[in-house]
Amino acid sequence: MVRFERTINMPEKILESFNVKHLSILDEKGDTDESLMPSLSDTDIKMMYELLVLSRTFDHQALNLQREGRIGSYAPILGQEASQIGSAFALEKTDWIFPSFREIGVYITMGYPLHMLFQYWSGDERGVKTPEELNIFPVCVPVGTQVPHAAGAAMAIKYKNKRKAVAAYFGDGGTSEGDFHEGMNMAGVFKLPVVFICQNNHWAISVPREKQTASKTIAQKAFAYGFEGIQVDGNDIFAVYKATKDALDKAKKGEGPTLIECFTYRMSDHTTSDDASRYRFKEELEAWKPKDPILRLRLFMEKKGLWTGQYQKEVEGRAKEAVDEAVKKEEAIEHPEPKDMFTFTFEKLTQRQTKQIRDFQ
Amino acid sequence: MPKLNMVQAINLALKEEMQRDKNVLLLGEDVGKDGGVFRVSEGLLEQFGPERIIDTPLAESGIVGAAIGMAVYGLRPVAEIQFMGFIYPALDQIFSHASRIRSRSRGRFTCPLVVRAPYGAGIKAPELHSESTEALFCHMPGIKVVVPSSPYNAKGLLLSSIRDPDPVIFLESTRLYRSIKEEVPEGEYSIPLGKARIVQEGKDVTLIAWGSMLQRALKAAEGIDADIIDLITLSPFDEEAIFKSVKKTGRVVIIHEAPKTCGFGAELSATIAEDAMLYLKAPIIRITGFDAVMPFSKLEDYYMPTAERIKKGIQEVMKY
Repeated sequence: MVRFERTINMPEKILESFNVKHLSILDEKGDTDESLMPSLSDTDIKMMYELLVLSRTFDHQALNLQREGRIGSYAPILGQEASQIGSAFALEKTDWIFPSFREIGVYITMGYPLHMLFQYWSGDERGVKTPEELNIFPVCVPVGTQVPHAAGAAMAIKYKNKRKAVAAYFGDGGTSEGDFHEGMNMAGVFKLPVVFICQNNHWAISVPREKQTASKTIAQKAFAYGFEGIQVDGNDIFAVYKATKDALDKAKKGEGPTLIECFTYRMSDHTTSDDASRYRFKEELEAWKPKDPILRLRLFMEKKGLWTGQYQKEVEGRAKEAVDEAVKKEEAIEHPEPKDMFTFTFEKLTQRQTKQIRDFQ
Repeated sequence: MPKLNMVQAINLALKEEMQRDKNVLLLGEDVGKDGGVFRVSEGLLEQFGPERIIDTPLAESGIVGAAIGMAVYGLRPVAEIQFMGFIYPALDQIFSHASRIRSRSRGRFTCPLVVRAPYGAGIKAPELHSESTEALFCHMPGIKVVVPSSPYNAKGLLLSSIRDPDPVIFLESTRLYRSIKEEVPEGEYSIPLGKARIVQEGKDVTLIAWGSMLQRALKAAEGIDADIIDLITLSPFDEEAIFKSVKKTGRVVIIHEAPKTCGFGAELSATIAEDAMLYLKAPIIRITGFDAVMPFSKLEDYYMPTAERIKKGIQEVMKY
């Protein structure tokens, strides 16, 4: 019997492949790759520097106040200032921002009143009553749950045909939450004007970044949802600014979402209730110290003749004055009335609330 | 005037609200081309387009989360969750955000959102398609819970819910969707939230029910001089209407489909005991679903309160 055999070749095909990029512009010595440098005036750069110093001064003072029992638990941003100020510097006041709980640098850059930030951390809800001219959603405590809100607000912007964009902030820990994936997925499906900004600070309380995800980068997660992701040096304010500005411009042109992974480090504890020495090595912290985002910009400015010892003194002085003034203002605010807890449950009090509120009258 | 079933009445309400207000839109799984698995949104995609009738990915938390983002931006989203048994992934969004946005932003942001979900047993559906867990939502301050009992009030209540400045959970009984027809006027009429409906006046006993249980309460009350209260809004509920009736009758039977323990009947019963105890002639009786996992369809008829069980409850209180 003769058997006829036909040889068929069916090699596996590559359907898609991705390259995950890392962007850095400003190195630890304060030198830049001029070809990548975003368009920023000297005034802009000085403003960025002053915001970095102001945020660090605020952070420092908040820790002091917490130790003195003058505010409650506080989540410091030490080390992450460039990720926050660099990204927020690219935002416009008309854009919408959905923060997590470690973004005072974003708030400060957007011009949020400093005393209200202290008010929030002191346990007074009036501190997150965002001023009318800003669209910053209140601090989001449940991790990652703000990501679908950002997608929804972006859907509204698209429906209303407005030239605005949305920024959602979260950490590396947040990317393990289901809501992160649901929100990212929707943004991809509907090609929404939203920029997802992940501050990969390497620690979610005590769990290191490698235990959060087996992905090599956070940035690559975007590709699964059909849009671009990029990793930037999160301690390089120019890289963060450029990536955010480009992503916002793209979003506003209707070209869809972007995920930006800011590769940075949480130099402090998770919050004032945490002690990071229980779970991380000192050497790791020491290794990140020379990468400090403020030092780096200072060295750059010094080389450009934008920084002097005298300027530093003035900047620190102004920051201290602003922060002290904010503390004074916050501490002079009258204690909230017990009945205030009812006021904003619904637009109007219910029959039952009307009775309960009498306890406080 | 046309006679409509509840599916058609809700469809009409959505259509009229979307015509009236461009900020109203509907999002959910299969709400577009398919018109929803119960056909509640049939024809709406063709009329309003995919920007306003949005077929979403299969993601309940994402649907409600996105609807919250839309609502705080200023739209009036109606989010559909395909079955109440699938709403649990979205509880974090409902409890941690929708219910408290107004409060935690001190009124700077509000969440005028409606989450619609079919609920309840009685249509021989698969597992987790027959849940009646309304009490979960009633426990949470900052959200309203509305349960219509007929095509007429479904339309009026949905108009009020969409226009309400706060988040509303709107529960539609699957068993009522197509089982009753009644005259439903076109155009404006709304039924206020938070006000109970007195279905029938009597002086011997007060029956309190909502949603699909109202029909069974009515049947059980045949030949009995009963005050029948259709609660319509469970949260915030109409305390005054209940007190008024209890003061008159002195006897109360509460009927709900959900399990007895921590069901909403417990709240009603405690409220009456706290504030109207001295008017009672008999213990308060609750006729409810059982403290058992909602059974598959072969046993669902045994699970749900029947007119006979309700009648027994009435006889019990009438002994006093």
